[in-house]
Amino acid sequence: MSADVQLDEVWIRFGDFVAARDINISIRQGEFFSFLGPSGCGKTTLLRAVSGFLQPSQGRVSIGGRDMAGIGPNKRPTALIFQNLALFPLMTVWENITFALEVRGAGRAARRKKAEELLELIALPGQGEKMVSELSGGQRQRVAIARALAAEPSVLLLDEPLSALDLKLRQHMRTELRAIQRRVGITFIYITHDQGEALTMSDHVAVMSHGVIEQVGDGNSIYNRPESAFVASFVGENNLFSGTVAATDDAYVTVDSPAGRLRARHAMRGGKAQLAAGDSAFVFVRPESLKFAAGASSASAEASSTEASSSTGALDNRIGARIHQQEFEGNFWQVFCDVDGVDKRVKLSMVNDGASMGRGPGEEVTLGFNADLAVALPQGELAAE
Amino acid sequence: MTPRFILTAERVRNGFAALFVLGFFAYLFGPLIIMGVTAFNSSAFPRMSPFECFTVEWFDVLANDAKLVEGLRNSLFIGVGVVLLAVPLGLSGALMLTQVKERVRPWYYTIVISPILVPGVVLGISTLLFWDRIGTMFGASRDSIFYDGFFLTIIGQATFISAYTMLVFISRLQRFDVSQEEAALDLGATHVQTFRKILLPFLKPAILSAAVLAFLASFENYNTTVFTIVSESTLTTFLAGKVRHGINPSISALAVIIVVITLLGAALHEVLKRREAAAEKETARIAAGELARRRRVKPFALEPAVLLIALVFVAGLGSAYFAGTIGVEECKAQVKAEKIRQAQERTRQREAKAMFQNAPAASEAAGQQIQSTDKSERAGVSQFQGIFDVGNLKDQAGADDGGDGAAQQSPLGTENFNPIFAPQNLSPPIDSSGDNRNDNRSDGDNRNDNRGGDQ
Ligand SMILES: Nc1ncnc2c1ncn2[C@@H]1O[C@H](COP(=O)(O)OP(=O)(O)OP(=O)(O)O)[C@@H](O)[C@H]1O
Ligand SMILES: [Mg+2]
Repeated sequence: MSADVQLDEVWIRFGDFVAARDINISIRQGEFFSFLGPSGCGKTTLLRAVSGFLQPSQGRVSIGGRDMAGIGPNKRPTALIFQNLALFPLMTVWENITFALEVRGAGRAARRKKAEELLELIALPGQGEKMVSELSGGQRQRVAIARALAAEPSVLLLDEPLSALDLKLRQHMRTELRAIQRRVGITFIYITHDQGEALTMSDHVAVMSHGVIEQVGDGNSIYNRPESAFVASFVGENNLFSGTVAATDDAYVTVDSPAGRLRARHAMRGGKAQLAAGDSAFVFVRPESLKFAAGASSASAEASSTEASSSTGALDNRIGARIHQQEFEGNFWQVFCDVDGVDKRVKLSMVNDGASMGRGPGEEVTLGFNADLAVALPQGELAAE
Repeated sequence: MTPRFILTAERVRNGFAALFVLGFFAYLFGPLIIMGVTAFNSSAFPRMSPFECFTVEWFDVLANDAKLVEGLRNSLFIGVGVVLLAVPLGLSGALMLTQVKERVRPWYYTIVISPILVPGVVLGISTLLFWDRIGTMFGASRDSIFYDGFFLTIIGQATFISAYTMLVFISRLQRFDVSQEEAALDLGATHVQTFRKILLPFLKPAILSAAVLAFLASFENYNTTVFTIVSESTLTTFLAGKVRHGINPSISALAVIIVVITLLGAALHEVLKRREAAAEKETARIAAGELARRRRVKPFALEPAVLLIALVFVAGLGSAYFAGTIGVEECKAQVKAEKIRQAQERTRQREAKAMFQNAPAASEAAGQQIQSTDKSERAGVSQFQGIFDVGNLKDQAGADDGGDGAAQQSPLGTENFNPIFAPQNLSPPIDSSGDNRNDNRSDGDNRNDNRGGDQ
């Protein structure tokens, strides 16, 4: 059985510190929903409010349409997988897994049977008699999942359950988790600060920063249509040009930056335009959206890049740059360029199509990108590197 | 070419370090060793030299001392009572500490820990008075529970012993991962189930050590017990009384037994700890995949260390018993003959001296002894003559509580000093000297003596 989860105007305060600020989220039943955000942004705090370890200072948490105020964690239809797993070290694996049944008074035989089923599910058959300390990290992870599933929750809450694992095991467990979720069909609320994890597994992702939900959407919209500077800088890699808005309409914004006049998509937030002429703005361009433009750049081409775009017909924006360094990554070339007036080196990713790059450090080049592949956003806090 | 010993700074440092360690161990274990030796010396007063005859008779004396056995039994009973009371109290105190608000915590801690800082004597007296008040309030008779020595002692000792046990629990609880409790709750357990299935198993080792600690603390307690025990006696109060009324090496024998039991316990504990560590290592290797499955654990009794301990213990016991029972009587007879001979010798010498010197020197001799604080002189056997003989002590009770220290304070000659501390002499001052009276009053033990006498 699955249930939906609804957070309405939830605030959580610790003294003067606000750990969650006006959170409004609705999670549909049976979906895989992720909270993504840097360390300390309040993800665990929100999860604890859902599981009942913490009462929101204000607002409403409801699960399956029922208001959860005053209902303790042991009465909620949720099961939490803790950041540190919190397996019971003094119990064997099967006792751990069937703890939820034990406290409900299930007999030993029934518990053993259920344990075998779940051990099968997590691919650890016949390991029930081991102590938890005798398991490897990945195996413990799976036991924690089985233990939570044994409680037959409507909503499974996972607090960075894969953070302690090495990369390979982590990738394996991602697929496994997603498979388990499809099989049991209950709502998963997943917390992570790893964007790869969030994007690959989730139906929907909520990006958080400092206790505020910055954006909710599926992986595609989070990556391709960020609605705030924080999301654009936190999710994936982005080149940043700051400047002032020269002109704006509903679809595009023109920004005057030290790198020249740039044209980019106008990002809406909640259906509303965010920029007006004269505002400070950031233009974000992904490394894979940047191209080498044909022909050397000239001062005049830079100054009137919009006109140039119409003449070449291919690229809306052109920037003069100098190659600083190139890194060969097998399937990709990463090129770092200096642009006058831009602090951080601009990064460009090119698919290695077998042809040699034919360029070297120190060479003057022209970079270009299409306005549709760049986004202009109001200046705001950026994610830490 | 013979290698020459070169004195380097490092060698000197090491030498000093070794010397220090030796000295430290001598300081720690010297008294125990001396005590151990006296338990096997046939001399009627516990002493190491002269070593007269090797004997185990003091163990017999110990076993046949009915009052001592009764005191021991009472001590055990009270110890168990204190464990039953102090462990749950300490546990709840420690749990409470984790529950109270951060701001209140230091205050709470200070309050619950304060019984440790209050002198045991004060605890004893206040327990006595408090329950007396309560008893009076209910109009209870003198043989009701409010005046029962066992009840009062258990309650009185538990007041501070539960603070000890609380410390044990606090240190264990500090290592408790609260998320385990939360995990249990999250899986649907009630708070009671969480306590029983998660917290209690985690605290089990701490409960054991708190119980042992509480028992030992109760067993060896004197300060509080001496007030609360009323008309009963425990091992400690009995021993204290015995020290005052004449001591024999059966006390050393008791000490030897306690030391041996402690050593055995410590050795056992060490063995268990090593086994646990080994098991843990194996667990880690299983988790790492180096080991397919757990090796069968050797039965505890077959552990080499255990065997060795048992062997040494049995062999020691056996040889001590044989050496201590065979030929003791002949040896004693010899020693006695020798003593008589020496005594005769001394009398002869004294008589000879008396013939040369005449009487008036008596008071002068006393004066001289005041000034002479030279240790060797005070310790000189010939001067003390028979002070330390049990026979003498019996009719001069009280003098034994640290003859040396008392002698130093006493402005009087040794010969006169003996009876001062005898209780019967206390009320009428034997001497007009105010100093002397103060001396007596400041001596805590003597006061106790008085109190004991009044009851
Ligand atoms: N009990 C508490 N009292 C006071 N402040 C708290 C408490 N719990 C959390 N906080 C604060 O709330 C903020 C959010 O904490 P939270 O544990 O939710 O972060 P998180 O997003 O889960 O981080 P991480 O990814 O590191 O786990 C932090 O700044 C933390 O210091
Ligand atoms: Mg967290």
